[in-house]
Amino acid sequence: MTPAVSFQRVSRHFGSMRAVDDVTLDIAPGEFFAMLGPSGSGKTTCLRLIAGFEQPTYGHIEIFGETAEGLPPYRRNVNTVFQDYALFPHMTVGENVAYGLMIKGMARADREVKAAAALAMVKLEGFGDRRPSQLSGGQRQRVALARALVNEPKVLLLDEPLGALDLKLREQMQEELKALQKQLGITFVFVTHDQGEALSMADRVAIFNAGRILQAGSPTDVYERPQSRFVADFVGSSNIMAPEFSAAHGGPGVWISLRPEKISVLKASDKPPVGHGSAEGLVAATHYQGSVTRIVINSGGARLTAAIPAGTSRFHEGDIVRFVWSKDSIVAMEHGE
Amino acid sequence: MKAVTAARTGGLARLSDFFFRNRGLLTAFLLLPPLAWIVIVYLGSLFALLLQSFYSLDEFSGLIVRELTFATYAEIFESSNLQIILRTVTMAAAVTVADAVIAFPIAYFAARYARGGAKALFYLAVMMPLWSSYLVKVYAWKLILAKEGIITWAAAQLHLTFLLDGILAIPVIGGPSLSISYLGTFLVFVYIWLPYMILPVQAALERVPRNFIEASADLGARPGQTFRTVILPLALPGIIAGSIFTFSLTLGDSIVPQIVGNSRYFIGQAVYTLQGTAGDIPLAAAFSVVPMVIMGLYLAAAKRLGAFDAL
Repeated sequence: MTPAVSFQRVSRHFGSMRAVDDVTLDIAPGEFFAMLGPSGSGKTTCLRLIAGFEQPTYGHIEIFGETAEGLPPYRRNVNTVFQDYALFPHMTVGENVAYGLMIKGMARADREVKAAAALAMVKLEGFGDRRPSQLSGGQRQRVALARALVNEPKVLLLDEPLGALDLKLREQMQEELKALQKQLGITFVFVTHDQGEALSMADRVAIFNAGRILQAGSPTDVYERPQSRFVADFVGSSNIMAPEFSAAHGGPGVWISLRPEKISVLKASDKPPVGHGSAEGLVAATHYQGSVTRIVINSGGARLTAAIPAGTSRFHEGDIVRFVWSKDSIVAMEHGE
Repeated sequence: MKAVTAARTGGLARLSDFFFRNRGLLTAFLLLPPLAWIVIVYLGSLFALLLQSFYSLDEFSGLIVRELTFATYAEIFESSNLQIILRTVTMAAAVTVADAVIAFPIAYFAARYARGGAKALFYLAVMMPLWSSYLVKVYAWKLILAKEGIITWAAAQLHLTFLLDGILAIPVIGGPSLSISYLGTFLVFVYIWLPYMILPVQAALERVPRNFIEASADLGARPGQTFRTVILPLALPGIIAGSIFTFSLTLGDSIVPQIVGNSRYFIGQAVYTLQGTAGDIPLAAAFSVVPMVIMGLYLAAAKRLGAFDAL
């Protein structure tokens, strides 16, 4: 099957800066694909390469099998939801949504019907006559979404679309976006630096750092089986332990990742069950975080964090405790970086 | 116990404290001088002008009759005076359109592409003509446009004299030489007021975020369509602001048409002559009101057309 978007050894350099560095990537049609990474990692530049705002310095990009290099944005059947929405202030909400249709030359009556339907789809019926400046951040976000979707794009690009919203609204929009994507079957490419967002929404996640994709896979894949220290650390939080530590505690002699929630905490005198690794240490700090309590210990120069359900902690700073984990929960990482 | 207040006392500190507790007074204190200036000097003289225009001149004695009347305004509507107004408004409109057309690409380049040194150079190039005397510039143009001037000479060198003669032969705007024609007056006005159009247009274009242009392209608009539907509407307040300058400055100017142009009057010259040699202050005042009324109508029309919607 032809991929919706295909990057073949794509690089984008700005002077001596390699914003995107030799990226190869296939996004399947109908997929919800997240690009996750810290700021400056190249994820937004990749999105802009798909949109056509940037051209690759090297490499080849195809959108549904069609060569994309040299194709201006207005010739691509791809639409973008911008980070700050980029709604036109001199047009009403309705005119904003109908803009793409107007450009295509659709008759006014037809495009008004379609724009109204698109606004209804994002739950903004009757907002067509307002100005963008009269809307809240969440409403503007929906208008931006409607303005893109009304064109029935083959690929929808979303550049940190939820970044400016507060937590509650963000969670609500995550659900709605996911539902909308399922219902429409359009390929979504979603850029975010929020790992929770990427994991909960995407079918597949690519983790970016320094212009490269470190790992791409399903959310479970990248969370449960990080292949590098960066991925283990960036996606969720993890105890990343050096080969020496691992070997000394019955693990493989490579860098390993151990999720805090996989660790249980016992008294120092308790013996670990069979098939379990363990480390003894002094409790350096406990952090109450509502749903969990995080306990940090120092064990032979290493620092480990365990996350245990709130209310079950009987330990305090200065106690000597034993951290215990099943050997299955250790992830050996191929790349030390 | 140590008090939470800092230990500083003294006149200035106490004054600051007083204004901190009475914010309104501080605002009033700061606004009073400029407000007094505007109300007394500026609006006062404007009102005096308005009042004068409702007086009339006794034709036999040459004295001003201080009784309110519309007689002076009736004079404005006499054919020779109407022609002066029509001539001035036409010139102002032509100058404004030409300035907008010339200024836009310059302003667009400065706002979109010029960075660092190029931008400094842009400001310098636009502002520098404003540093030299207006009279010097107008006289310089008289020399440039004169029959013995550089344009005639250049046309002769390029064997284009026929072209220059052809242009000068055009009825109404032509004349014996560029310096004695409406075309010459027009060229000088366009030059003199151009910075006043470039700067506001550039400021308006600076405020158009780059991603509006990307969003428009993303939604399928070719650059030309983006220009018409996004850039131009958003730059319109700047163009209107610039046109307020070019239009009103042309409406009120008396020097340029006196130095470069044929001997037919513009409003500014009419006012100058009426209040000077003719001593007809009421009619001069009534003439001065005309540009104000025209500008008021112009702004009302611009607002109605939605020119300020993006503000």
